[in-house]
Amino acid sequence: MKHDSKFTNQKFKLVGTRVTRPDGVDKVTGRALYGADTFAPGQLVGVILRSPHAHAKIRSINTKRAEKLKGVKAVITSADLPDLTNGDSELYDTLENCMARGKALYDGHAVAAVAASDAETARKALKLIKVDYKILPHVTDVDEAMKPDAPIVQPRVKTKDKPGKPTNLSLVSTYGHGDVDAGFEQADVVIEKSYQTEQVHQGYIEPHACLASMGPDGKGELWVTTQGQFAYRNTCASLLGMEISQLKVTSSEIGGGFGGKTHVWAEPVALALSRKANRPVKLVMSREEVFRASGPASSTSIDIKLGATRDGRIVAAHAALRYSGGAFPGIWAEIGAMAAWACYDIKNVQSVGYDVIVNRPKVAAYRAPSAPMAGFAVESTLTLMADELGINPVDFRLKNAAREGTRASYGPTYGPIGIAATLEAVKKHPHMRARLGKNQGRGMACGFWFNFGGQTCADLAIGVDGTVALSVGTIDVGGARASLSLIAAEELGIPYEQVRCNIADTASLGHNDMTDGSRGTFSTGMSTIFAARDAIKQLRERAAKVWGINAKNVTWKDGKAIASSKGERKSLTLKELAESSANTGGPISGHNQVVADGAGVSFASHICDVEVDPETGGTKVVRYTVVQDAGKAVHPDYVEGQFQGGAAQGIGWALNEEYVYGDDGRVQNAGFLDYRIPVCSDLPFIDTQILEIPNPNHPYGIRGVGETSIVPPLAAVANAVSNAVGVRMTHLPMSPPRILAAINSSREEQALAS
Amino acid sequence: MPDVELFAGLRDAVAGAKSVQVEGTTIRELLQNIAREYPSLHKRIEQGIAVAIDGNIYRDDWDQQISEGAEVVLLSRIAGG
Amino acid sequence: MKGIAVSTTVNGDAVEYVCHGRETLLDVLRNHLGLIGAKEGCGTGDCGACSVTLDGELVCSCLVLGAEVEGRTVETVEGLADGDKLHPLQKRFLDGAALQCGICTPGFLIAAKALLDHNNNPSESEIRYALAGNLCRCTGYDKIVRAVSAAAGDMRRQQKAQVKRRATK
Repeated sequence: MKHDSKFTNQKFKLVGTRVTRPDGVDKVTGRALYGADTFAPGQLVGVILRSPHAHAKIRSINTKRAEKLKGVKAVITSADLPDLTNGDSELYDTLENCMARGKALYDGHAVAAVAASDAETARKALKLIKVDYKILPHVTDVDEAMKPDAPIVQPRVKTKDKPGKPTNLSLVSTYGHGDVDAGFEQADVVIEKSYQTEQVHQGYIEPHACLASMGPDGKGELWVTTQGQFAYRNTCASLLGMEISQLKVTSSEIGGGFGGKTHVWAEPVALALSRKANRPVKLVMSREEVFRASGPASSTSIDIKLGATRDGRIVAAHAALRYSGGAFPGIWAEIGAMAAWACYDIKNVQSVGYDVIVNRPKVAAYRAPSAPMAGFAVESTLTLMADELGINPVDFRLKNAAREGTRASYGPTYGPIGIAATLEAVKKHPHMRARLGKNQGRGMACGFWFNFGGQTCADLAIGVDGTVALSVGTIDVGGARASLSLIAAEELGIPYEQVRCNIADTASLGHNDMTDGSRGTFSTGMSTIFAARDAIKQLRERAAKVWGINAKNVTWKDGKAIASSKGERKSLTLKELAESSANTGGPISGHNQVVADGAGVSFASHICDVEVDPETGGTKVVRYTVVQDAGKAVHPDYVEGQFQGGAAQGIGWALNEEYVYGDDGRVQNAGFLDYRIPVCSDLPFIDTQILEIPNPNHPYGIRGVGETSIVPPLAAVANAVSNAVGVRMTHLPMSPPRILAAINSSREEQALAS
Repeated sequence: MPDVELFAGLRDAVAGAKSVQVEGTTIRELLQNIAREYPSLHKRIEQGIAVAIDGNIYRDDWDQQISEGAEVVLLSRIAGG
Repeated sequence: MKGIAVSTTVNGDAVEYVCHGRETLLDVLRNHLGLIGAKEGCGTGDCGACSVTLDGELVCSCLVLGAEVEGRTVETVEGLADGDKLHPLQKRFLDGAALQCGICTPGFLIAAKALLDHNNNPSESEIRYALAGNLCRCTGYDKIVRAVSAAAGDMRRQQKAQVKRRATK
């Protein structure tokens, strides 16, 4: 039965209230179980040997001495993970990334693995594995990799749809409409600027961890921290040659993902070790391994050309975006090209994305993948243009903001959207009028993200005492159980405390796509609504049976079945119907499976104040405001939390975070000491304003919220720093040495000029 | 016959044309008709696309209706994080 | 196996174990004593997810050896609540939505308690600097700081009430 997913503008009793989350007590008492928190009888410790070279041919691997070490139960190489990918090139890339196949492609690339009875023995065994490497020339810089004489990272890769030699340029994507050349002719002012952003990591505090257990009958179980237990199951089963029903994956609580746990890293290796050793294998990545060998975001090099007329109208815009994908083809630059100009109504616009392969780890999504970097370049240039034209930067954006009926730069025409609303809110916000102190500067920026839906199902089982078990297939990344329980309780008309939300394993529920694309509350919320309505239909039928009337004369209101036909009938509560369910047809439960789609785009505008120390370049964010459209905030605390978390990550990306590569192509700062994420004393309170412009494609009007908040901060902070120091910053992160260099070169220029 | 706009990656499959003319009252029908009338385009589509109808992006729900006069744009199948 | 026998006190309980010379206190808590509240986020003392107190002092348990705590007292997140009565910090973290994924929460609770045990009325700045050794990637720290401040207020009021009760006895 297909349900109607259109927004109905109902009044809510529970949705929108700030309840305590159901998994909260476990998480504040240390009871909650994350990826590394389970133990199996007879478990072995799994460890991985990783390439110390950025690019090297593997001539041979000798594991004999390691295998003989007392306590070692299995040693594997790529020979133990045969290629079963059957022409699926994306799956082959995953296989090759899990374990090198004849060539190490980046510093940290897995080349072998060991399972042993304890960690000490396992580490000793790694040292006994002899790998004969032939070091090859490497390339880690995205612009260097595009040069004709650059070392080729993946000889099997050619530019998609273009015949030719092997190349590091795996894809060129063009988006836009109109005639940019003609547009630039019409412009009174044209600004051209180039920008770079360094590679960053999602920085989740919980490293990848799993417990894999393969039996001699070929069936397996995997306990793992993941954003998608079903996706991990499907990928691991494919790589190991299992039918997916033979592998049961249970998601642990997740200690942060942000897109980095939407892809398998060491899990197929753990399963292969377990298969060979015939024992459970617990494999936990160290922090250093997480940095070197999971999936950071792209480093980028972007050229922007912007043309406007004196009255503040943008007449032409062009972006050339070069993104690194790590050592495998990706569509990161394509996504950046699609998102770059999405906030604006531009008649002549073009973005060209260049996806480039380098000797770095395989890139994975980071919140709104690729949009922050493109946003940084575009929004910095917009403020530059506003300054040049003498127009207030918010007004300049309002004048050019996309609205209903605007042709988006990535193709379709927008329906009702919220960018103008966020800009108007920013304009009115007291933050914009606050006085700035010495060495302080202010910047603002907009951001856009697509948001997605996906395959989702939910089971809503009513216990014999009338309390509800809601089983869902998306992960609780940051409070989702609370929101979903609110939704179920709202639909059924029962107290929030009578609903318990469980995250199902892959054997207990139908397929669910990953928890990414800001889809958790949007999609599973939708499925929960429909599962509840399915249950209500059955409850009405049961009441009808008890009363001996037609079910169409039974309505459901406030947790009770009410007879609407003639005759005195006391209403029946959910509890009463549950208690008598054995005699009316058995257990009552609602089910729904849906492809939640049409999630709807979202916009945000941020304001940032910074203070820069002119002697050290040290920079602190002193005030920050997020304005974003959430459609409907089911649990406002957690919507605020998403806004604040995304902003903090963006601030780190803008000011401090970067992978530092040596001339040898090795990561120099694979730890939290030198990969500096924001700490508590770096940040102020982060103010949030939730706008609620209902999403017409969701019964409650819910929009995805998780990702958009990471898009504006890079430019908001850059615009603030540029405002504070009087120099346009074009290279992220704006670490103290870079800011100092900019201040000093500006002083030199001024000295020369005078 | 309605215009189905193509994003850049698909245009190569139809000699650079920016759109093709195809009927369809649902996304499924539309894609089936494309498979028949533009086999080279179909091949590219099989690798993964999304369909935007009047600005809303659909990645999986091929039951989605396409009303008369709706704007249809084929896009790259991208994902979030 | 050449192990080292250790006798110590964890969350008020007398505890004995045998550990390797190289095992950290974090390893011992998690692998020998079933106390998985302390987490390994980095193994190098940079993230604070493994925070515990040792004789009342805040430490990273990944930087302490299992053999070093002989005869000393260790407090972990599992010892914060009094039976089913949550500590004010735990209550405020829950009420104030000061956790999203929750992986850093045990470390923050221990670090915040260590702060409040020394300074029962910290300013926003004092809270931020005291917690600067605990990394959180989800929250941006906003609701954490508010929760600690609110808990400090709760604890001051509790103390006042206790003093009053003793005085009137």
